[in-house]
Amino acid sequence: MKTLVQSIRRLSERVGHEVRFMEVCGTHTMVAFRTGLRQLLPPDVRLISGPGCPVCVTDTGYIDAAIGLCRQPAVTVATFGDLLRVPGSESSLERERAAGANVRIVYSPSDALVLARECPTQRVVFLGVGFETTAPTVAWAIFRAARDGLKNFSVLCAHKTMPHAMEALLKDQEVRIDGFICPGHVSVVTGAGMYRFICERYRIPCVVSGFEAWDMLKSISMLLAQVVEGRAEVEIEYSRSVTEMGNVAARKLMAEVFEECGANWRGIGTIHGSGLEIRQKYAVYDAARVYGVHVAEAHVNPACRCGDVLRGTVTPLECKLFGRTCTPIQPFGPCMVSSEGTCAAYYKYEKRAA
Amino acid sequence: MKRDRILLAHGGGGSLTRELITEILEPEFENPALKPLDDSAILALHDGEFAFTTDSYVVKPFFFPGGDIGKLAVCGTVNDLAMQGAEPQWLSLGLILEEGLAISDLRKIVRSIHAAAEEVGVQIATGDTKVVERGKCEGLYINTAGLGRVVAKNRLASANVKPGDAVILSGYIGDHGVAVMSQREGISFATSVVSDCAALWPMVKTILETGMEIHAMRDPTRGGLAAAVCDIAAASAVGIKLDEKALPISREVRGACDLLGLDPLTIANEGKVLVFCPGEVAERVVSVMSRHPLGQHARIIGGASAGPKGMALLRTTIGGERIIDMPTGEDLPRIC
Amino acid sequence: MCLAVPALIVGLNGTTATISVDGVMREVDVSLVDEARLGDYVLVHAGFAIHKWDKSEVEQWEAIRANTDLREALA
Repeated sequence: MKTLVQSIRRLSERVGHEVRFMEVCGTHTMVAFRTGLRQLLPPDVRLISGPGCPVCVTDTGYIDAAIGLCRQPAVTVATFGDLLRVPGSESSLERERAAGANVRIVYSPSDALVLARECPTQRVVFLGVGFETTAPTVAWAIFRAARDGLKNFSVLCAHKTMPHAMEALLKDQEVRIDGFICPGHVSVVTGAGMYRFICERYRIPCVVSGFEAWDMLKSISMLLAQVVEGRAEVEIEYSRSVTEMGNVAARKLMAEVFEECGANWRGIGTIHGSGLEIRQKYAVYDAARVYGVHVAEAHVNPACRCGDVLRGTVTPLECKLFGRTCTPIQPFGPCMVSSEGTCAAYYKYEKRAA
Repeated sequence: MKRDRILLAHGGGGSLTRELITEILEPEFENPALKPLDDSAILALHDGEFAFTTDSYVVKPFFFPGGDIGKLAVCGTVNDLAMQGAEPQWLSLGLILEEGLAISDLRKIVRSIHAAAEEVGVQIATGDTKVVERGKCEGLYINTAGLGRVVAKNRLASANVKPGDAVILSGYIGDHGVAVMSQREGISFATSVVSDCAALWPMVKTILETGMEIHAMRDPTRGGLAAAVCDIAAASAVGIKLDEKALPISREVRGACDLLGLDPLTIANEGKVLVFCPGEVAERVVSVMSRHPLGQHARIIGGASAGPKGMALLRTTIGGERIIDMPTGEDLPRIC
Repeated sequence: MCLAVPALIVGLNGTTATISVDGVMREVDVSLVDEARLGDYVLVHAGFAIHKWDKSEVEQWEAIRANTDLREALA
């Protein structure tokens, strides 16, 4: 480890100017803060947190739609714990649960299927959020529900995919990135080859990183080496889990159940091809169709700078609401609510309230 | 009693209430204070200070690996007395029962209360039982109030911690929360982790008997270690820094946390204590604690300093530093 | 979207495996990985195995975990 930190320092000196490396995975954000890793980096190496938290980039409108569903009679909304406290325009699933709505936390989409089987009089709606790591598991649930002819299960789908979003960031004039720390577990499913276009089209180095502090430091040193040597390649630091090809079976299942669509990323706007929607073939498992739900684009308070935080153009400290009106107890935007959100991480681990 | 379910009439104050008391409650808690079965128990008190506390218990499920709501209701309250350096002497027992509760469950819980009380030497001096309609409470709620004479030679209080104090932890953290969570619906995992639910007074007594100066004690229950040190740092206006490498966390608790995305520092414990004492006596306190079964893994996990005032920090295993923040609410399993 | 943890397969029944993460056990679905066997390590996310590790990969992970104390190394 000592050698690793020293080598990062040496490489940074050779680069001779500030470099900004962006990670686009909420768990990477968390590891960096939780281990105090930033303190070991030289001042010219800046770690930026991008839109890697699927909860952060989920529309307020989606939460409002989920709330609308849980208020309906005989509907149980099953969700990952991450979504429970995310604020909608007026309420949250946590508050709805307190008011008597049937909202159940599950660890796995398969638990939601079990729920549906065990309570045939309840219509179970699973909130499908997450990137490519999670989408195959939700696809599996829909596939199984169809195979078993389950009548009381559906998914409100808001899955998103990384590549187009990463490209959108690179096209954004305000965003300056010198390298990507690529999401490790998304890459287990998609394969590292997915990032090749970033190197070829934009000449930005990419390193797919694991989740121990050691992995992230190694990835940073690999990115620095690429910058020094003028290379722009996809390298895999997380070689124990990530391959060029990824998990073919998982992607096949995703392609069977989902198709690409445009998606609205909070703070960034609509990015074409960056979302997943449920295919017509599985329409009866699509909660949006079943319940006639229309996810409206919700109004965002102009003082909330979640969007800029997600694009990496400002730190939470530069948002007027941070630490004052917006705290983990009273979160304004998802960046503070989600335990992976940049603002929550800043608040918890480097609290410097004004 | 021929009945197997609680009826609303059991809370009516009439013959069925009498039946409940004489057939289930009184035989368990026979003691001089309770015997008259008056509205209040008359206790002979001496000069000196007494600690008085109350707590309510609403945990679901009632029965979990390592304990049940009854044992918890005794241990939780006697531990609150022990944390102030008071020897637990009497408990009150208030029961709110739901119509339809299985009497067999009630018997098991009451027996558990008796066993726990007997083990630590408290008397259930007075009690009350109410029954509410089906659906108005989740089976059973328990309230216990505790009274005990303060025997510690100096005042134990959250505001008493001084710069230079050592922070000692009595043993492994996270066991209770993980054990209870494994029984909850929707999460389903199997583990051999067992709740650490225990009455701490016997070990606390051995510490106090040495006469060494102790500034504060706190049992890290809801909110875990994190909530406890944040509270103490704020109350004493000191900075507390813990060493992540020193924290005793079992492999299985780590595994559950890794699997579900939980932070072991925020998980509830029901049989552990944090002791804050001057640095010079810390090793001796650890030595005394480790001779007791409840403290065999006791160790120093950090210390208090003048600043940053009111904040708790953690030195991480890779040598970085982070803030230990007050947990915001439920421990929610995450995938992200 | 990335919390996945390495787990040991201690039981197998068709596409349902019982995995153990340091002794904590759960059932997960292994249909997304090829030929999962008893004794294999798999990466588990949201109740599903998404990748299978071979022996060298397990060793790599254990080496990284053991080597995380920078403070001693920097002293």
